[in-house]
Amino acid sequence: MKVTVCIGSSCHIKGSRLVVETLRHLVEVNGLNDKVELGGAFCVGDCQNGVCVKIGDDVHSVAPQMTKAFFESEILSAV
Amino acid sequence: MTNENFRKFDTNVQHLKYKVLREVARSAWNGTLMQDMLNIPKWIVQGKKATMRCCVYKERAIVSERIKLAIGSVTDSRSVTDIGAASDNVIEVISVACDECPVQGYEVTNSCRGCISHPCHDVCRRGAIFFDKQQRAHIDKDKCVECGMCAKVCPFSAIANFKRPCETACKVDAIKMNADRAASIDNGKCISCGACVYQCPFGAIMDKSYLLDAIDIIKKSGGNAKYKTYAVVAPSVSSQFTYAKLGQVISGIGKLGFFHTVEAAAGADITAWLESAELYEKAPELKYLTSSCCPAFVAYIRKSFPQLAEHISHNLSPMAAISKYIKSTDPTAKIVFIGPCTAKKAEARLESVKPYVDCVLTFEELQALFDSRDIDITALDETPLDNASYYGRVFARSGGVSTGVAQAVREHGYTGFELKAVPCDGIEECKKTLLKLKAGLDIGNFIEGMACYGGCINGAGCLTHGEKNRKDVDKYGAEALEKDIRSVLSAFPGIDK
Repeated sequence: MKVTVCIGSSCHIKGSRLVVETLRHLVEVNGLNDKVELGGAFCVGDCQNGVCVKIGDDVHSVAPQMTKAFFESEILSAV
Repeated sequence: MTNENFRKFDTNVQHLKYKVLREVARSAWNGTLMQDMLNIPKWIVQGKKATMRCCVYKERAIVSERIKLAIGSVTDSRSVTDIGAASDNVIEVISVACDECPVQGYEVTNSCRGCISHPCHDVCRRGAIFFDKQQRAHIDKDKCVECGMCAKVCPFSAIANFKRPCETACKVDAIKMNADRAASIDNGKCISCGACVYQCPFGAIMDKSYLLDAIDIIKKSGGNAKYKTYAVVAPSVSSQFTYAKLGQVISGIGKLGFFHTVEAAAGADITAWLESAELYEKAPELKYLTSSCCPAFVAYIRKSFPQLAEHISHNLSPMAAISKYIKSTDPTAKIVFIGPCTAKKAEARLESVKPYVDCVLTFEELQALFDSRDIDITALDETPLDNASYYGRVFARSGGVSTGVAQAVREHGYTGFELKAVPCDGIEECKKTLLKLKAGLDIGNFIEGMACYGGCINGAGCLTHGEKNRKDVDKYGAEALEKDIRSVLSAFPGIDK
């Protein structure tokens, strides 16, 4: 599964680093390193709703403090 | 120059250069460059009254030569559509524009008082000073070796050195007079820093422009549908476009058709991180490393101090480092670097950089691009630009690289290693330091070289040059969201550390 976090300036200001760090950590502790590929993108084009996280063609809006819940509902349940 | 243009540029020469770039760009957007090429000189030099040269015909001839350099990507030696005038240097003399300034060297001026003590005579080891009946000094040019001692000791400062501004500007001795008395660049020595471009009062030396490449990249992207175009902008942008806000400049870049703009300063964070690691690893054996970010400094070592080349850091420059990362996230991306630097145009041709950077523009050229599309950036909303830390951003000014590498050494937590950075501000200081290193002196373990005095903020491709620029960069640095280098890297998934 490819999970792409927007790291464009807008999302960065809204906390994309925290989203990246939290996802990186959760992927690791759940032993999903070979199932989940965490990537970055300089802007996915939905700056108003950042931090944007893309799974497949779906763009999700993920606030940094919601990252864990997002991981559980969208990533952990799907792999 | 109108007030409005004074706001944008330092000199009339820059303004003339800009007008040519703007018109070439406008025609390129319209797809009418081939038809317009012969008319652009008349559009720029109108009427029958000359304002710069002896007649409008000469003025137009010079504009024609400027057009050739403005379409540098066509006349470039790399290009298969080579239409002559090919040179490997991105800096070229426009011979017809060179005023063949007098080059008599040291001369006694009218200020000579015909004094009694005659220190000029006493100090001259060549016996080149003689006196007329009024006891005024004269220099025998057959004996004079242009050492300048007489000028130093004259209590009336009556002896002046009449040198060509281009030769004065060029601290690496790459400009000489040719047989026709016009300026000529020794490409074996030239480091493409552009000092002569900015300092020739006749505008007779110009950097080649790759504006057409940039327009082509944007056009062919089909509105970023076929591939995405990214602008990578140097941190010195914070001292430029002072008539607008930085966020408006970024919006303007978007309006030109770029998909997204990324800070080159984030690449500087990457460079600082990797450079400190390389230094820690190699210092015991190599004793010192020289910085990799200023392409003119790197070229200077390779051309004039080849025996020190093994000390050049192997890391990519900030421009190339961030471009490499962008392409790792988007392999079909096209990247245009926009900065203050003419030497970056040469750097982008290197085999090690070519895969990552598709085109290099200067701030002057960006201004021309805005106006070729009639984009008034002051009327635009602001777009944020924030990925880098303070340490990446201050790379734009002298001392910044050393500050960044020192921070990276701290963050790495290296023990038993002490950084001794030697920041060299301007190519003359670089030269002094390199001479010491060549002589085997131990002066430090990290040599920061910036060819332009003050750093990138005084690059030849800047719109404005001034003391205030350093403060602007420091302020921009302090505004960065990320407070350390590790955080910048941590925000980039999959980055190669």
